[in-house]
Amino acid sequence: MSNLIVSPSPHLHGPESTRRVMGDVLIALLPVTLVALLCYGWSVLILLLSGVATCVLCEYLINRFLLHRPCSVGDLSAIVTGVLLVLNLPPAAPWWIAVVGAVVAIGIAKMTFGGLGQNLFNPALVGRVFLLVSFPVLMTDWTIPHGLLQDHLPSLSAQVDAFSGATPLGVAKEGLGAGSTLQELFAGGQFNWNMFFLRPGGSVGELSALALLVGFLYLLCRRVIKVTIPLTIVATVVVLSAIFSAVDPARFTGPLFNVFTGGLLLGAIFMATDYVTSPMTTLGQIIYGVGIGVIALCIRYFGSYPEGVSFSILIMNCVVPLLNKYCKPRRFGKEAK
Amino acid sequence: MKKTFAIGGVHPHDSKLSRQSAVEELPLPETVAISMAQHLGAPATPIVAVGDKVLVGQLIAEPSGFVSAPVHSSVSGTVKAIEPRADLAGNPVPHVVIEVEGDAWLPEIDRTPNFVGDMTLSAEQILARIKEAGIVGLGGAAFPTHIKLSPPPGKKAEVLILNGTECEPYLTSDDHIMRDRPDEIAMGAQIMMKALGVGRCYIGIEENKPEAIKAMRIAAIRFGGLEVVRLKKKYPQGGEKQLIDAIIGRRVPSLGLPIDTGAVVQNVGTALAVYEAVQKHKPLIDNMITVTGRCLPVQKNFLVRIGTPFSKLLEAVGGIPENAAKIISGGPMMGKAISNLEATTVKASSAVLVLTEKETKRRPEGPCIRCGKCADACPMGLQPFLLYKLAKMNRPDEMEQEKVFDCIECGCCLYTCPAGIPLLDLIRIGKADVMKIMRSRKK
Repeated sequence: MSNLIVSPSPHLHGPESTRRVMGDVLIALLPVTLVALLCYGWSVLILLLSGVATCVLCEYLINRFLLHRPCSVGDLSAIVTGVLLVLNLPPAAPWWIAVVGAVVAIGIAKMTFGGLGQNLFNPALVGRVFLLVSFPVLMTDWTIPHGLLQDHLPSLSAQVDAFSGATPLGVAKEGLGAGSTLQELFAGGQFNWNMFFLRPGGSVGELSALALLVGFLYLLCRRVIKVTIPLTIVATVVVLSAIFSAVDPARFTGPLFNVFTGGLLLGAIFMATDYVTSPMTTLGQIIYGVGIGVIALCIRYFGSYPEGVSFSILIMNCVVPLLNKYCKPRRFGKEAK
Repeated sequence: MKKTFAIGGVHPHDSKLSRQSAVEELPLPETVAISMAQHLGAPATPIVAVGDKVLVGQLIAEPSGFVSAPVHSSVSGTVKAIEPRADLAGNPVPHVVIEVEGDAWLPEIDRTPNFVGDMTLSAEQILARIKEAGIVGLGGAAFPTHIKLSPPPGKKAEVLILNGTECEPYLTSDDHIMRDRPDEIAMGAQIMMKALGVGRCYIGIEENKPEAIKAMRIAAIRFGGLEVVRLKKKYPQGGEKQLIDAIIGRRVPSLGLPIDTGAVVQNVGTALAVYEAVQKHKPLIDNMITVTGRCLPVQKNFLVRIGTPFSKLLEAVGGIPENAAKIISGGPMMGKAISNLEATTVKASSAVLVLTEKETKRRPEGPCIRCGKCADACPMGLQPFLLYKLAKMNRPDEMEQEKVFDCIECGCCLYTCPAGIPLLDLIRIGKADVMKIMRSRKK
């Protein structure tokens, strides 16, 4: 010892790092990703590989040749974006869809704003919405690719045959548009337990609510996210849809249906809680969550798209800077006199 | 039920390595250098000359101003020099240097271990004794105790709170004095209660010190009006504002003083020093210092005379290990890094902590990911990320609006930041500017 470090306090530092946070998100995404791989097979694996590789490569190239900054791939955030993007794609989508989405997500939504921490919108959702608007047919083709699980679970393959890929939200939107009532469309009830455990059809990450909830629990235990945003989104959707479906059960779907179909849980747990694009104080997070719930449900009920979670999160992303400015944390002690 | 403060806080590993090692008296060094600026306020004025013989406990410097405190010799010997010397950060500060000869104490100091429980002094007499004994707050800020025990006109003290939280990781000196000398601390509390004219005293101790809680509970029964409060382990519970909130649930107003809540907070070490000053006529000349760190072969608690060089403390645990990267005076969260090991201990020294590079290294700074963890951790409910940005852009007006002056510099924000952003470093700089502006406005 000859040179002592002299720097201001504190001299200890907590265990958390950006890399660890992102790593935890990846671990939390494992259950649903694994279930999807088993259920949909190669198709999803190819999407994952092409999506994640493009995200990482894109970030590396832009840092290296456009921004001339040190490589930031090590913080794992590009991988998180890649996985989230793929979870928001239809399982039968061709590989280049993931590539295009990844280029938009990282190249446009993230790096043009200045990289991690600077982007206004959730990169994976920008990628998805870009694809949805540009390739509407491919992005709503809910063909179910064949995976390992379908061979071994007779009930699952029966489901696959019965649904032939249509999403419940799509069924509701089209059926109602054609003049049917919900009672006619869902004779066996709107909600069934398959929606909770395993229900093919819809985006890759919408496959199993249970797997999403396992990831959610992990994130809560590791204190990566707080319960505020997911809870307010789900609670808003539950309360509003309970009111609407009570008023007109023939036209408006009920709370359980709305929570367990479509991308609501995926969005509430993994997309709306993105640190960079969500408010930092509890009050801001509550307003943000309520906003997402209201807009998502309005799009489902009154919009022309069957599903509105992506749009609602992106719309509320715009409000985040304002929420951060006006929602202050609870201060210690009042002003003297 | 365990109490704690309501907003923010972090949970660093408590690392109380020296919890079970008994207190030892550090052998007297050959010379001591006693700082004249070891309390908050004006430095003391030396009243001895080079060549004078002094005894242990003899007054060597008088207070020079309202907020100031006298200084006494911690050893017996000859005054060798009165000169500016570098303190632990390297800043020149006037010191009285004394060559140690024997260990002769002033005769009026009662050095027997007998407990003296009778006290008939009036509040004024108590305050005068405390002032004469040069007692300052031993929790770290070193604010002269007699001033804190005399509330300004118009304010009334209702309750005394003793701080035995020792919420900084590694430190064990307060733990040891509470376990070893609970009656003296309780008596010190009684004396301060009388000086303040209050009938109640809470002693806040964190749950990771069960022996101290037990010892203080037994002592509290012997004396009236005392109550031990078991607190949850959370940093910075020992912060005055946080402790008042945790124990009596009142919040010190922004820009206010603790006395605005009716509470006066004193460290348990201060209570012991008050007991010794009032009952045993012993001025503040020594204190308990923890010498600790995982890289040291042993971790110990020493009773140390004020003015002992830090190098002597490190020698007593086998010298500085090869892999030592940072040596800190105080705890790891708010202590000061030592740049000069020949600097000497002061009244408020509580620990010497040796950390390796791995333990203390800051992680490389990355971009802010807006996780808001710094705001969650801030015990004052501020937004460190925002203050950091404003400080970086040099916008003192907005920093003032965001109440940067409320920052207690506890370091929770920097501790918790996953991106390794030097939040507190910049906030400190900005805060100093804002305070300057606010002071100049008052004039």
